[in-house]
Amino acid sequence: MGGYVARRVLQAAGLLLIVSMIGFAILHLAPGGPLSQFAAGGDMTQEDLDRLARQLGLDRPLPVQYLDWLWRMLRGDWGASFRDQQPVLAVIGSHVGATLELMLSSTLLAMIIGAWVGILGAVRRHSLFDALATVGAMVALSIPTFWFGLVVIYVFSVGLGWLPAGNRTTIGNESFLDQLHHLIGPCIVLALVSTAVWSRYMRSSMLDVIHQDYIRTARSKGIPERRILIHHAVRNALLPMITITGLHLPTLLSGALVTETVFTWPGMGRLFLDSISYRDYPVVMGILMFTAVLVLLGSLLADLLYHVADPRLGAHGA
Amino acid sequence: MMPEAVTDRGALPAALAEDEILAVRDLSIAFQTPAGRLAAVQDVSFTLRRGETLALVGESGSGKSVTSLGILRLTPRAPFCRITGQVLLRGRDGRVRDLVALPEEAMREVRGRDAAMVFQEPMTSLNPVHRVGEQVAEAIRFHEGLGRRAALTKAAELLELVGIPDPRRRLASYPHELSGGMRQRVMIAMALSCEPQLLIADEPTTALDVTIQAQILDLLRRLQERTRMAVIFITHNLGVVAEIADRVMVMYAGRVVEQAPVRPLFGAPLMPYTRGLLRSVPRLDLAGLGREKLAAIPGTVPDPLDPPPGCSFAPRCDHVEPGRCDAALPGLDLARPEHRVRCVRWAELAGGVA
Ligand SMILES: Nc1ncnc2c1ncn2[C@@H]1O[C@H](COP(=O)(O)OP(=O)(O)O)[C@@H](O)[C@H]1O
Ligand code: SF4
Ligand SMILES: [Mg+2]
Repeated sequence: MGGYVARRVLQAAGLLLIVSMIGFAILHLAPGGPLSQFAAGGDMTQEDLDRLARQLGLDRPLPVQYLDWLWRMLRGDWGASFRDQQPVLAVIGSHVGATLELMLSSTLLAMIIGAWVGILGAVRRHSLFDALATVGAMVALSIPTFWFGLVVIYVFSVGLGWLPAGNRTTIGNESFLDQLHHLIGPCIVLALVSTAVWSRYMRSSMLDVIHQDYIRTARSKGIPERRILIHHAVRNALLPMITITGLHLPTLLSGALVTETVFTWPGMGRLFLDSISYRDYPVVMGILMFTAVLVLLGSLLADLLYHVADPRLGAHGA
Repeated sequence: MMPEAVTDRGALPAALAEDEILAVRDLSIAFQTPAGRLAAVQDVSFTLRRGETLALVGESGSGKSVTSLGILRLTPRAPFCRITGQVLLRGRDGRVRDLVALPEEAMREVRGRDAAMVFQEPMTSLNPVHRVGEQVAEAIRFHEGLGRRAALTKAAELLELVGIPDPRRRLASYPHELSGGMRQRVMIAMALSCEPQLLIADEPTTALDVTIQAQILDLLRRLQERTRMAVIFITHNLGVVAEIADRVMVMYAGRVVEQAPVRPLFGAPLMPYTRGLLRSVPRLDLAGLGREKLAAIPGTVPDPLDPPPGCSFAPRCDHVEPGRCDAALPGLDLARPEHRVRCVRWAELAGGVA
């Protein structure tokens, strides 16, 4: 186990290095740097801009800038935002809560609904419900999140007036219910794809399990069908779902980015897009690294959970 | 003969002699497959008395497993699989029920309580994510209404009964921590947990090593002596049959082709198929308990979706007489007392050819 963790950490470090190089390169090679943002302001002379470039270290060759950034990161210095000089970690910290709230709530929603749809579809295979669920999942997977978000806003906010059209709270209202009310729209929009993914994988996992010998054994013991389904079948069918959920994390993150933009949700996704348009390099790189670590941790966690949940994998003593 | 037997019988849905546990009558089981209706079992009839062991033998695909699963209605549900005929089982409470006609909920109560099953594959028949103790205790909790703790105590006793060392500690083991032989013992403990009247063992030793096979057979025999349960023992190993069965039922292509007490069956088999089976085993007095294959009869079992007319063994039979054997399905004749055979030529063949 120790060797396994060490290997995973090493792999993760290598991956992070590659991600940072690619991210850094794309960011700096993209046309229009931070200076053009300042220049657009109009009241800066060329000398002012040169001085700024020197101050920000942007006049050095790219590899030097990268190594400098890397060296600081390794010492735990994430840098400061070009926009307001706030430390990058503080900027991320003030946005990460909203993103996690959105991701966790929509994952929970997707798990509950997706698992039920998958289980029922497997148990009543080829029924009308199963057919509808199959078509529904295909449709859900092919709807662009962006478009679906706009439809939800158009129908439920603009049309029916049931949901707020954006933001995380109503200004001046700090209540939990108000927050929940704001969460509904983006949560549903982000959950759509995950629900479809969960229902499909859960269905096939269940189909696999209910044909196993041990289900027949459970039946031969005369225990109630409900218990066979939940205690014997679902318990086993959920095991591969741990891995699926881990693998789904990057998709979920990019979905969150789009959802946050549509719903002006003050999370990392929106911060990321804003920072890109401002060419706020330290913040963009910070978010990139932060989410990369998040994804890697997520998949590591999924693996560890799998080991705990499956007694065959030896996390349990004999 | 005894007066109670008569009054008892009057109250029953159908006749079952006093010492009989099971009577199967005209049991047929058909699957609805994409390729059409597959008659897996046809017109199987037999009775089983308390303490008696019936061996069900035949090549793979002859319908042994489907017969046993059908008795407990563990085959797929109605449109996919249809069961007809009668399966009269005397329950632990003495009542006789026709399992074919029983509502699903009542059927569920019969399973595990009045009749239990041990399957061929000990490696896959236990749930990998639950502890052995929980799995053995489960039926006890549902049928006897015991609490979790009391059921686990009983499970430990059962594990001890089936010869698992250190049973209290083993309750907490997961199936993958046990060897194949130990898992099969757990399966047996589980099947016996509610003291059923009938135990169906579907090739319980086929997947095990030779020495372990002998131990498991020995265990089953001892348990049967103790509990007087009736046993249906499915195997394709005739060495095992000679060792453990009172009566034998030979199946071919979904039908019973010969049925007799074990001695006459081995001493004077009447059906050419049975003789073929016996010839394909090493001499019985020399036979170990090995996994001798019965493949020595040339040819293969007929396609169940397209059975031959007449005797289904005709395409492989050395004694086939065209015009007679393939004209119509031979009946299951009573050749001698308690000895039935499905072959139009049995009387002629019994004379000389062996
Ligand atoms: N669930 C099923 N659906 C369709 N056909 C089946 C099913 N189970 C068994 N069969 C068919 O029934 C026949 C008898 O099978 P089985 O009873 O398993 O034979 P065996 O004597 O080897 O135990 C075979 O032809 C098999 O293909
Ligand atoms: S009926 Fe004919 S073909 Fe069938 S077993 Fe007897 S002799 Fe052989
Ligand atoms: Mg079989």
